[in-house]
Amino acid sequence: MEALNVKDLQVAYDRKAVLEQVELSIPKGSLTAIVGPNGAGKSTLIKAILGMLKRSSGQISILGKPYSPKNRNVGYVPQRGSVDWDFPTNALDVILMGRYGHIGWFKRPSKQDIMLAKEALHKLGMADYADRQIRQLSGGQQQRIFLARALVQDAEVYFMDEPFVGVDAKTEKAIIDLLRELKHKGKTVIVVHHDLQTVLEYFDHTLLLNRTVIANGPTEQVFTKDLLQKTYGGTLAFFSPTGDKRVMS
Amino acid sequence: MTYEGWILLTACLVGISCGMVGCFLIVRRMTMLADAISHSVLLGIVLAFLVANSLNGIYMLIGATVIGLVTTFAIQSLHNSGVQEDASIGIVFTTFFAIGVILISLFARDVHLDVEHALMGEIAFIPWNTYTVFGIEIPKATGMLLCISLFATLVILLFYKELKLTSFDAALAVTLGVPVALIHYLLMGLVSITAVGSFDAVGAVLVVSMLVVPGSCAYLMTDRLSVMLLYSCLFGAASAIFGYYGALLLDASISGSMSAAGGILFLLTWFFSPRYGLLRRYRTMKTS
Repeated sequence: MEALNVKDLQVAYDRKAVLEQVELSIPKGSLTAIVGPNGAGKSTLIKAILGMLKRSSGQISILGKPYSPKNRNVGYVPQRGSVDWDFPTNALDVILMGRYGHIGWFKRPSKQDIMLAKEALHKLGMADYADRQIRQLSGGQQQRIFLARALVQDAEVYFMDEPFVGVDAKTEKAIIDLLRELKHKGKTVIVVHHDLQTVLEYFDHTLLLNRTVIANGPTEQVFTKDLLQKTYGGTLAFFSPTGDKRVMS
Repeated sequence: MTYEGWILLTACLVGISCGMVGCFLIVRRMTMLADAISHSVLLGIVLAFLVANSLNGIYMLIGATVIGLVTTFAIQSLHNSGVQEDASIGIVFTTFFAIGVILISLFARDVHLDVEHALMGEIAFIPWNTYTVFGIEIPKATGMLLCISLFATLVILLFYKELKLTSFDAALAVTLGVPVALIHYLLMGLVSITAVGSFDAVGAVLVVSMLVVPGSCAYLMTDRLSVMLLYSCLFGAASAIFGYYGALLLDASISGSMSAAGGILFLLTWFFSPRYGLLRRYRTMKTS
Protein backbone atom coordinates (compact mmCIF):
# COMPACT_ATOMS: atom_id res chain seq x y z
CA MET A 1 0.00 0.00 0.00
CA GLU A 2 1.05 3.59 -0.59
CA ALA A 3 1.52 5.94 2.33
CA LEU A 4 1.52 8.98 0.08
CA ASN A 5 0.42 9.52 -3.48
CA VAL A 6 0.77 12.83 -5.27
CA LYS A 7 -0.66 13.50 -8.71
CA ASP A 8 0.01 16.49 -10.97
CA LEU A 9 1.18 18.82 -8.19
CA GLN A 10 2.08 22.37 -9.23
CA VAL A 11 3.10 25.20 -6.93
CA ALA A 12 3.90 28.77 -7.94
CA TYR A 13 5.23 31.82 -6.04
CA ASP A 14 4.41 35.13 -7.68
CA ARG A 15 3.37 33.24 -10.82
CA LYS A 16 6.80 31.62 -11.06
CA ALA A 17 6.57 27.85 -10.95
CA VAL A 18 8.45 26.35 -8.01
CA LEU A 19 7.24 22.80 -8.43
CA GLU A 20 5.98 21.41 -11.71
CA GLN A 21 4.22 18.18 -12.59
CA VAL A 22 5.17 16.39 -9.43
CA GLU A 23 3.96 12.79 -9.49
CA LEU A 24 5.13 10.46 -6.78
CA SER A 25 4.23 7.67 -4.45
CA ILE A 26 5.91 6.60 -1.26
CA PRO A 27 5.46 3.03 0.04
CA LYS A 28 3.95 2.47 3.47
CA GLY A 29 6.46 1.64 6.19
CA SER A 30 9.39 3.27 4.42
CA LEU A 31 11.97 5.73 5.71
CA THR A 32 12.11 8.13 2.80
CA ALA A 33 14.62 10.90 2.17
CA ILE A 34 13.74 13.86 -0.02
CA VAL A 35 17.04 15.01 -1.50
CA GLY A 36 17.87 17.88 -3.81
CA PRO A 37 19.87 21.12 -4.10
CA ASN A 38 18.94 24.38 -2.37
CA GLY A 39 15.91 25.91 -4.01
CA ALA A 40 14.78 22.56 -5.40
CA GLY A 41 11.47 22.94 -3.56
CA LYS A 42 11.91 20.24 -0.91
CA SER A 43 10.25 22.13 1.94
CA THR A 44 7.76 23.57 -0.51
CA LEU A 45 6.79 20.05 -1.53
CA ILE A 46 5.98 19.07 2.07
CA LYS A 47 4.16 22.32 2.78
CA ALA A 48 2.12 22.05 -0.40
CA ILE A 49 1.20 18.44 0.35
CA LEU A 50 0.02 19.39 3.86
CA GLY A 51 -1.92 22.45 2.70
CA MET A 52 0.27 25.15 4.26
CA LEU A 53 0.96 26.52 0.80
CA LYS A 54 -1.53 27.00 -1.96
CA ARG A 55 -1.34 24.46 -4.78
CA SER A 56 -2.04 25.53 -8.34
CA SER A 57 -3.14 21.96 -8.98
CA GLY A 58 -2.67 18.48 -7.58
CA GLN A 59 -4.33 15.60 -5.77
CA ILE A 60 -2.86 14.31 -2.55
CA SER A 61 -3.80 11.03 -0.95
CA ILE A 62 -2.53 9.62 2.30
CA LEU A 63 -2.96 5.86 2.87
CA GLY A 64 -5.38 5.67 -0.04
CA LYS A 65 -7.68 8.51 1.09
CA PRO A 66 -7.69 12.15 -0.03
CA TYR A 67 -5.62 14.11 2.48
CA SER A 68 -7.53 15.93 5.19
CA PRO A 69 -6.22 17.11 8.58
CA LYS A 70 -9.43 15.69 10.04
CA ASN A 71 -8.18 12.14 9.44
CA ARG A 72 -5.44 12.83 12.03
CA ASN A 73 -3.06 10.43 10.33
CA VAL A 74 -0.30 12.91 9.55
CA GLY A 75 2.44 14.23 11.85
CA TYR A 76 4.64 17.20 11.02
CA VAL A 77 8.02 18.43 12.23
CA PRO A 78 8.77 21.93 10.90
CA GLN A 79 12.20 23.42 10.40
CA ARG A 80 13.60 24.57 13.71
CA GLY A 81 13.91 28.16 12.51
CA SER A 82 10.23 28.42 11.66
CA VAL A 83 8.99 29.17 15.16
CA ASP A 84 9.63 31.88 17.75
CA TRP A 85 11.76 30.28 20.48
CA ASP A 86 11.17 33.28 22.76
CA PHE A 87 7.50 32.31 23.01
CA PRO A 88 6.41 32.08 26.67
CA THR A 89 6.16 28.33 26.88
CA ASN A 90 8.18 25.38 28.17
CA ALA A 91 9.28 22.06 26.70
CA LEU A 92 6.41 19.97 28.07
CA ASP A 93 3.87 22.52 26.89
CA VAL A 94 5.23 22.46 23.32
CA ILE A 95 4.97 18.68 23.25
CA LEU A 96 1.39 18.88 24.52
CA MET A 97 0.55 20.99 21.46
CA GLY A 98 0.94 17.79 19.43
CA ARG A 99 -2.13 16.48 21.28
CA TYR A 100 -4.36 19.45 20.42
CA GLY A 101 -5.81 17.69 17.39
CA HIS A 102 -6.93 14.78 19.57
CA ILE A 103 -8.17 16.94 22.44
CA GLY A 104 -10.71 18.84 20.34
CA TRP A 105 -12.42 22.20 20.83
CA PHE A 106 -13.11 23.78 24.24
CA LYS A 107 -11.30 21.07 26.20
CA ARG A 108 -8.09 21.12 28.22
CA PRO A 109 -5.37 18.48 27.94
CA SER A 110 -6.32 15.47 30.08
CA LYS A 111 -4.08 13.64 32.54
CA GLN A 112 -3.52 11.05 29.83
CA ASP A 113 -2.38 13.72 27.35
CA ILE A 114 0.10 15.03 29.90
CA MET A 115 1.30 11.50 30.62
CA LEU A 116 1.87 10.86 26.91
CA ALA A 117 3.82 14.11 26.61
CA LYS A 118 5.98 13.18 29.60
CA GLU A 119 6.66 9.75 28.13
CA ALA A 120 7.75 11.32 24.86
CA LEU A 121 10.08 13.69 26.75
CA HIS A 122 11.56 10.77 28.58
CA LYS A 123 11.98 8.75 25.41
CA LEU A 124 14.05 11.49 23.82
CA GLY A 125 16.22 11.87 26.89
CA MET A 126 14.70 15.22 27.84
CA ALA A 127 12.90 14.27 31.07
CA ASP A 128 14.92 16.81 33.11
CA TYR A 129 13.97 19.70 30.85
CA ALA A 130 10.15 19.63 31.07
CA ASP A 131 9.92 23.06 32.75
CA ARG A 132 12.65 24.74 30.73
CA GLN A 133 11.73 27.75 28.63
CA ILE A 134 12.41 26.64 25.07
CA ARG A 135 14.99 29.35 24.25
CA GLN A 136 17.17 27.90 27.00
CA LEU A 137 17.50 24.56 25.23
CA SER A 138 20.32 23.75 22.83
CA GLY A 139 19.58 23.35 19.11
CA GLY A 140 19.64 19.58 19.43
CA GLN A 141 17.32 19.67 22.43
CA GLN A 142 14.91 21.95 20.58
CA GLN A 143 14.86 19.47 17.70
CA ARG A 144 14.16 16.61 20.11
CA ILE A 145 11.22 18.57 21.54
CA PHE A 146 9.81 18.86 18.03
CA LEU A 147 10.22 15.12 17.50
CA ALA A 148 8.57 14.34 20.83
CA ARG A 149 5.70 16.56 19.76
CA ALA A 150 5.34 14.65 16.49
CA LEU A 151 5.41 11.40 18.45
CA VAL A 152 2.43 12.33 20.63
CA GLN A 153 0.45 13.23 17.50
CA ASP A 154 0.23 9.45 17.12
CA ALA A 155 0.18 9.66 13.32
CA GLU A 156 0.67 7.09 10.56
CA VAL A 157 2.68 9.20 8.15
CA TYR A 158 5.30 11.68 9.42
CA PHE A 159 6.72 14.59 7.45
CA MET A 160 9.93 16.10 8.83
CA ASP A 161 11.64 19.18 7.43
CA GLU A 162 15.44 18.96 7.91
CA PRO A 163 15.41 17.43 11.39
CA PHE A 164 19.16 16.75 11.28
CA VAL A 165 20.25 20.33 10.59
CA GLY A 166 22.52 21.83 13.25
CA VAL A 167 22.14 19.06 15.82
CA ASP A 168 24.83 17.39 17.90
CA ALA A 169 25.88 13.75 17.40
CA LYS A 170 23.84 12.61 20.41
CA THR A 171 20.67 14.14 19.00
CA GLU A 172 21.35 12.76 15.54
CA LYS A 173 21.58 9.29 17.07
CA ALA A 174 18.38 9.86 19.12
CA ILE A 175 16.55 10.98 15.99
CA ILE A 176 17.64 8.08 13.80
CA ASP A 177 16.80 5.58 16.56
CA LEU A 178 13.36 7.10 16.78
CA LEU A 179 12.85 7.01 13.00
CA ARG A 180 13.79 3.32 12.95
CA GLU A 181 11.45 2.60 15.81
CA LEU A 182 8.61 4.33 13.96
CA LYS A 183 9.38 2.28 10.85
CA HIS A 184 9.41 -0.86 12.96
CA LYS A 185 5.89 0.00 14.12
CA GLY A 186 4.75 0.21 10.50
CA LYS A 187 4.73 4.01 10.31
CA THR A 188 6.00 5.92 7.32
CA VAL A 189 8.53 8.72 7.75
CA ILE A 190 9.31 11.22 5.00
CA VAL A 191 12.31 13.43 5.71
CA VAL A 192 13.75 16.42 3.88
CA HIS A 193 17.43 15.58 4.11
CA HIS A 194 20.50 17.62 3.18
CA ASP A 195 23.35 15.34 4.15
CA LEU A 196 24.20 13.13 1.18
CA GLN A 197 26.69 11.15 3.27
CA THR A 198 24.04 9.55 5.42
CA VAL A 199 21.29 8.90 2.88
CA LEU A 200 22.34 5.32 2.13
CA GLU A 201 22.78 4.50 5.79
CA TYR A 202 19.56 6.04 7.12
CA PHE A 203 16.92 5.72 4.40
CA ASP A 204 15.52 2.79 2.45
CA HIS A 205 13.60 4.95 -0.02
CA THR A 206 14.78 8.13 -1.73
CA LEU A 207 13.13 10.85 -3.74
CA LEU A 208 15.42 13.06 -5.81
CA LEU A 209 13.83 16.42 -6.40
CA ASN A 210 14.73 19.48 -8.39
CA ARG A 211 11.53 21.42 -9.11
CA THR A 212 10.10 18.13 -10.31
CA VAL A 213 10.74 14.50 -9.45
CA ILE A 214 14.08 13.34 -10.91
CA ALA A 215 13.90 9.85 -9.45
CA ASN A 216 11.91 8.03 -6.81
CA GLY A 217 12.56 4.49 -5.57
CA PRO A 218 14.56 2.25 -3.25
CA THR A 219 17.66 4.14 -2.14
CA GLU A 220 20.19 1.72 -3.62
CA GLN A 221 18.58 2.08 -7.05
CA VAL A 222 18.08 5.84 -6.94
CA PHE A 223 21.16 7.04 -5.10
CA THR A 224 23.52 6.73 -8.05
CA LYS A 225 26.11 9.13 -9.43
CA ASP A 226 24.20 9.63 -12.66
CA LEU A 227 20.89 10.45 -11.03
CA LEU A 228 22.50 12.65 -8.38
CA GLN A 229 24.32 14.58 -11.06
CA LYS A 230 21.06 14.98 -12.92
CA THR A 231 19.47 16.30 -9.72
CA TYR A 232 22.21 18.69 -8.68
CA GLY A 233 23.47 19.61 -12.15
CA GLY A 234 26.89 21.18 -12.67
CA THR A 235 29.46 20.41 -10.02
CA LEU A 236 28.68 18.15 -7.17
CA ALA A 237 30.91 17.16 -4.32
CA PHE A 238 29.99 13.54 -4.07
CA PHE A 239 30.57 11.55 -0.97
CA SER A 240 30.75 7.85 -1.67
CA PRO A 241 29.55 5.52 1.07
CA THR A 242 33.16 4.58 1.80
CA GLY A 243 33.94 8.18 2.57
CA ASP A 244 36.37 9.20 -0.18
CA LYS A 245 35.40 12.50 -1.65
CA ARG A 246 35.36 13.01 -5.38
CA VAL A 247 34.28 15.99 -7.36
CA MET A 248 32.19 15.30 -10.40
CA SER A 249 31.61 17.89 -13.05
CA MET B 1 -20.59 54.70 43.40
CA THR B 2 -18.67 57.97 43.50
CA TYR B 3 -17.48 59.89 40.48
CA GLU B 4 -13.94 58.85 41.27
CA GLY B 5 -14.95 55.22 41.71
CA TRP B 6 -16.52 55.06 38.25
CA ILE B 7 -13.47 56.59 36.61
CA LEU B 8 -11.14 54.15 38.36
CA LEU B 9 -13.36 51.20 37.45
CA THR B 10 -13.58 52.29 33.81
CA ALA B 11 -9.83 52.86 33.60
CA CYS B 12 -9.11 49.46 35.16
CA LEU B 13 -11.45 47.77 32.69
CA VAL B 14 -9.59 49.46 29.83
CA GLY B 15 -6.30 48.20 31.27
CA ILE B 16 -7.59 44.68 31.83
CA SER B 17 -9.34 44.15 28.48
CA CYS B 18 -6.55 45.72 26.43
CA GLY B 19 -3.87 43.98 28.50
CA MET B 20 -5.43 40.58 27.93
CA VAL B 21 -5.95 40.92 24.18
CA GLY B 22 -2.63 42.72 23.73
CA CYS B 23 -0.69 39.67 25.01
CA PHE B 24 -1.59 37.74 21.89
CA LEU B 25 -0.48 40.62 19.66
CA ILE B 26 2.88 40.60 21.42
CA VAL B 27 3.55 36.87 21.17
CA ARG B 28 2.46 36.99 17.52
CA ARG B 29 4.79 39.96 16.92
CA MET B 30 2.03 42.04 15.44
CA THR B 31 1.69 44.99 17.78
CA MET B 32 1.75 47.31 14.74
CA LEU B 33 -1.68 45.89 13.91
CA ALA B 34 -2.95 47.29 17.22
CA ASP B 35 -1.92 50.71 16.00
CA ALA B 36 -3.68 50.14 12.69
CA ILE B 37 -6.92 48.77 14.11
CA SER B 38 -7.22 51.32 16.90
CA HIS B 39 -7.07 54.13 14.34
CA SER B 40 -9.28 52.70 11.63
CA VAL B 41 -11.90 51.85 14.26
CA LEU B 42 -12.73 55.58 14.11
CA LEU B 43 -14.04 55.08 10.59
CA GLY B 44 -16.23 52.23 11.86
CA ILE B 45 -17.68 54.42 14.59
CA VAL B 46 -18.45 57.26 12.19
CA LEU B 47 -19.97 54.94 9.58
CA ALA B 48 -22.10 53.28 12.27
CA PHE B 49 -23.25 56.71 13.40
CA LEU B 50 -24.11 57.78 9.84
CA VAL B 51 -26.01 54.57 9.08
CA ALA B 52 -27.87 54.16 12.38
CA ASN B 53 -27.94 57.88 13.27
CA SER B 54 -27.18 57.03 16.88
CA LEU B 55 -24.19 56.77 19.18
CA ASN B 56 -25.58 53.60 20.72
CA GLY B 57 -22.83 51.24 21.84
CA ILE B 58 -24.06 48.24 19.89
CA TYR B 59 -23.92 50.01 16.51
CA MET B 60 -20.47 51.31 17.31
CA LEU B 61 -19.27 47.82 18.23
CA ILE B 62 -20.62 46.34 15.01
CA GLY B 63 -19.21 49.16 12.87
CA ALA B 64 -15.83 48.97 14.57
CA THR B 65 -15.58 45.19 14.35
CA VAL B 66 -16.43 45.21 10.65
CA ILE B 67 -13.91 47.95 9.88
CA GLY B 68 -11.30 46.28 12.12
CA LEU B 69 -11.62 43.06 10.13
CA VAL B 70 -11.63 44.96 6.82
CA THR B 71 -8.41 46.68 7.94
CA THR B 72 -6.74 43.37 8.76
CA PHE B 73 -7.91 41.90 5.48
CA ALA B 74 -6.81 44.91 3.43
CA ILE B 75 -3.35 44.88 5.03
CA GLN B 76 -3.01 41.17 4.36
CA SER B 77 -4.13 41.55 0.73
CA LEU B 78 -1.72 44.42 0.05
CA HIS B 79 1.07 42.43 1.65
CA ASN B 80 0.25 39.34 -0.41
CA SER B 81 0.33 41.39 -3.57
CA GLY B 82 3.93 42.38 -2.89
CA VAL B 83 3.82 45.52 -0.68
CA GLN B 84 6.01 45.31 2.43
CA GLU B 85 4.04 44.49 5.54
CA ASP B 86 4.85 47.63 7.53
CA ALA B 87 4.13 49.79 4.49
CA SER B 88 0.76 48.06 3.96
CA ILE B 89 -0.13 48.75 7.60
CA GLY B 90 0.84 52.40 7.22
CA ILE B 91 -1.11 52.82 3.99
CA VAL B 92 -4.32 51.15 5.13
CA PHE B 93 -4.86 52.61 8.57
CA THR B 94 -3.92 56.19 7.75
CA THR B 95 -6.29 56.11 4.78
CA PHE B 96 -9.15 54.69 6.86
CA PHE B 97 -8.48 57.10 9.71
CA ALA B 98 -8.37 60.03 7.28
CA ILE B 99 -11.71 59.02 5.75
CA GLY B 100 -13.11 58.87 9.29
CA VAL B 101 -11.81 62.38 10.04
CA ILE B 102 -13.28 63.76 6.80
CA LEU B 103 -16.64 62.15 7.49
CA ILE B 104 -16.74 63.60 11.01
CA SER B 105 -15.96 67.09 9.77
CA LEU B 106 -18.57 66.78 7.01
CA PHE B 107 -21.52 65.13 8.69
CA ALA B 108 -21.10 64.75 12.39
CA ARG B 109 -19.97 68.18 13.51
CA ASP B 110 -22.85 68.79 15.87
CA VAL B 111 -22.77 65.56 17.81
CA HIS B 112 -20.64 64.15 20.54
CA LEU B 113 -17.90 63.12 18.09
CA ASP B 114 -14.93 65.28 17.39
CA VAL B 115 -11.44 64.58 16.22
CA GLU B 116 -9.66 65.63 19.38
CA HIS B 117 -11.96 63.46 21.45
CA ALA B 118 -11.38 60.55 19.09
CA LEU B 119 -7.61 60.89 19.39
CA MET B 120 -7.28 61.53 23.11
CA GLY B 121 -10.53 60.33 24.68
CA GLU B 122 -11.90 61.99 27.79
CA ILE B 123 -12.43 59.67 30.67
CA ALA B 124 -13.44 62.54 32.96
CA PHE B 125 -16.76 62.92 31.08
CA ILE B 126 -17.67 59.25 31.25
CA PRO B 127 -19.49 59.19 34.63
CA TRP B 128 -22.00 61.83 33.40
CA ASN B 129 -23.38 59.78 30.54
CA THR B 130 -25.32 57.01 32.25
CA TYR B 131 -28.14 54.51 31.88
CA THR B 132 -29.91 52.38 34.44
CA VAL B 133 -29.36 48.62 34.52
CA PHE B 134 -31.14 46.49 37.14
CA GLY B 135 -31.89 49.64 39.10
CA ILE B 136 -28.25 50.73 39.17
CA GLU B 137 -27.23 53.86 37.37
CA ILE B 138 -23.98 53.11 35.55
CA PRO B 139 -22.02 55.07 32.96
CA LYS B 140 -22.63 53.80 29.41
CA ALA B 141 -18.95 53.46 28.58
CA THR B 142 -18.32 51.47 31.76
CA GLY B 143 -21.19 49.10 31.02
CA MET B 144 -19.91 48.51 27.51
CA LEU B 145 -16.36 47.91 28.74
CA LEU B 146 -17.63 45.48 31.33
CA CYS B 147 -19.42 43.47 28.63
CA ILE B 148 -16.36 43.61 26.34
CA SER B 149 -14.02 42.48 29.11
CA LEU B 150 -16.28 39.54 29.99
CA PHE B 151 -16.66 38.63 26.32
CA ALA B 152 -12.91 38.80 25.68
CA THR B 153 -12.23 36.65 28.76
CA LEU B 154 -14.80 34.10 27.60
CA VAL B 155 -13.39 33.92 24.06
CA ILE B 156 -9.83 33.56 25.34
CA LEU B 157 -10.85 30.82 27.78
CA LEU B 158 -12.80 28.93 25.11
CA PHE B 159 -10.17 29.22 22.37
CA TYR B 160 -7.05 29.37 24.52
CA LYS B 161 -5.46 26.24 22.99
CA GLU B 162 -6.12 27.36 19.45
CA LEU B 163 -4.95 30.94 20.08
CA LYS B 164 -1.75 29.65 21.65
CA LEU B 165 -1.01 27.06 18.98
CA THR B 166 -1.67 29.35 16.01
CA SER B 167 0.51 32.01 17.66
CA PHE B 168 3.43 29.66 18.25
CA ASP B 169 3.35 27.36 15.23
CA ALA B 170 0.74 28.08 12.59
CA ALA B 171 2.13 25.37 10.30
CA LEU B 172 1.51 22.65 12.87
CA ALA B 173 -1.94 24.10 13.51
CA VAL B 174 -2.77 23.65 9.82
CA THR B 175 -1.82 19.96 9.89
CA LEU B 176 -3.90 19.49 13.05
CA GLY B 177 -6.95 20.91 11.28
CA VAL B 178 -7.15 24.13 13.34
CA PRO B 179 -8.72 26.91 11.21
CA VAL B 180 -5.74 29.27 11.42
CA ALA B 181 -7.28 32.13 9.42
CA LEU B 182 -10.52 32.01 11.40
CA ILE B 183 -8.65 32.19 14.73
CA HIS B 184 -6.61 35.12 13.36
CA TYR B 185 -9.74 37.06 12.45
CA LEU B 186 -11.34 36.13 15.79
CA LEU B 187 -8.38 37.76 17.53
CA MET B 188 -8.54 40.80 15.25
CA GLY B 189 -12.26 41.07 16.06
CA LEU B 190 -11.37 41.07 19.77
CA VAL B 191 -8.76 43.78 19.21
CA SER B 192 -11.37 45.85 17.37
CA ILE B 193 -14.02 45.63 20.07
CA THR B 194 -11.58 46.32 22.91
CA ALA B 195 -10.26 49.28 20.94
CA VAL B 196 -13.75 50.70 20.43
CA GLY B 197 -14.69 50.03 24.06
CA SER B 198 -11.63 51.93 25.24
CA PHE B 199 -12.08 54.69 22.66
CA ASP B 200 -14.27 56.95 24.79
CA ALA B 201 -11.95 56.62 27.74
CA VAL B 202 -8.49 56.94 26.24
CA GLY B 203 -8.86 57.60 22.49
CA ALA B 204 -7.21 56.10 19.44
CA VAL B 205 -3.62 57.00 20.22
CA LEU B 206 -3.38 55.97 23.84
CA VAL B 207 -5.34 52.76 23.41
CA VAL B 208 -2.29 51.52 21.54
CA SER B 209 -0.21 51.95 24.67
CA MET B 210 -2.81 50.04 26.68
CA LEU B 211 -2.76 47.23 24.11
CA VAL B 212 1.02 46.99 23.97
CA VAL B 213 2.61 48.11 27.25
CA PRO B 214 0.97 45.86 29.92
CA GLY B 215 1.61 42.78 27.76
CA SER B 216 5.22 43.83 27.19
CA CYS B 217 5.74 44.11 30.95
CA ALA B 218 4.14 40.72 31.49
CA TYR B 219 6.31 39.19 28.76
CA LEU B 220 9.39 40.05 30.84
CA MET B 221 7.96 38.41 33.96
CA THR B 222 7.15 34.83 33.02
CA ASP B 223 7.64 31.86 30.71
CA ARG B 224 3.99 30.81 30.68
CA LEU B 225 1.43 32.35 28.37
CA SER B 226 -1.38 31.84 30.89
CA VAL B 227 0.59 33.61 33.64
CA MET B 228 1.54 36.33 31.16
CA LEU B 229 -2.17 36.99 30.56
CA LEU B 230 -2.77 37.40 34.32
CA TYR B 231 0.25 39.67 34.80
CA SER B 232 -0.83 41.72 31.81
CA CYS B 233 -4.25 42.36 33.37
CA LEU B 234 -2.54 43.37 36.62
CA PHE B 235 -0.15 45.73 34.84
CA GLY B 236 -3.06 47.19 32.86
CA ALA B 237 -5.08 47.85 36.02
CA ALA B 238 -2.01 49.19 37.82
CA SER B 239 -1.27 51.69 35.03
CA ALA B 240 -4.90 52.81 35.24
CA ILE B 241 -4.81 53.35 39.01
CA PHE B 242 -1.36 54.98 39.19
CA GLY B 243 -2.24 57.04 36.13
CA TYR B 244 -5.43 58.36 37.69
CA TYR B 245 -3.77 59.45 40.93
CA GLY B 246 -0.82 60.82 38.99
CA ALA B 247 -3.23 62.95 36.99
CA LEU B 248 -4.87 64.24 40.19
CA LEU B 249 -1.48 65.08 41.66
CA LEU B 250 -0.26 66.91 38.56
CA ASP B 251 -3.70 68.20 37.51
CA ALA B 252 -3.03 66.69 34.07
CA SER B 253 -4.84 64.59 31.46
CA ILE B 254 -6.01 61.27 32.94
CA SER B 255 -5.52 59.20 29.81
CA GLY B 256 -2.08 60.72 29.26
CA SER B 257 -1.07 59.91 32.83
CA MET B 258 -2.34 56.33 32.46
CA SER B 259 -0.09 55.76 29.44
CA ALA B 260 2.82 57.46 31.16
CA ALA B 261 2.29 55.24 34.22
CA GLY B 262 2.37 52.23 31.89
CA GLY B 263 5.66 53.47 30.44
CA ILE B 264 7.17 53.88 33.92
CA LEU B 265 5.96 50.43 34.97
CA PHE B 266 7.58 49.02 31.85
CA LEU B 267 10.91 50.68 32.64
CA LEU B 268 10.80 49.30 36.19
CA THR B 269 9.98 45.79 34.95
CA TRP B 270 12.66 46.01 32.31
CA PHE B 271 15.23 46.77 35.02
CA PHE B 272 14.00 44.71 37.94
CA SER B 273 12.00 41.77 36.56
CA PRO B 274 13.12 38.68 38.50
CA ARG B 275 12.92 36.72 35.25
CA TYR B 276 14.20 38.79 32.32
CA GLY B 277 15.10 42.09 33.98
CA LEU B 278 18.34 43.88 33.12
CA LEU B 279 19.69 43.49 36.68
CA ARG B 280 19.03 39.78 36.70
CA ARG B 281 20.68 39.33 33.31
CA TYR B 282 23.65 41.41 34.45
CA ARG B 283 24.01 39.27 37.58
CA THR B 284 23.81 35.94 35.75
CA MET B 285 26.37 37.24 33.27
CA LYS B 286 28.73 38.05 36.13
CA THR B 287 28.33 34.72 37.88
CA SER B 288 28.60 32.60 34.77
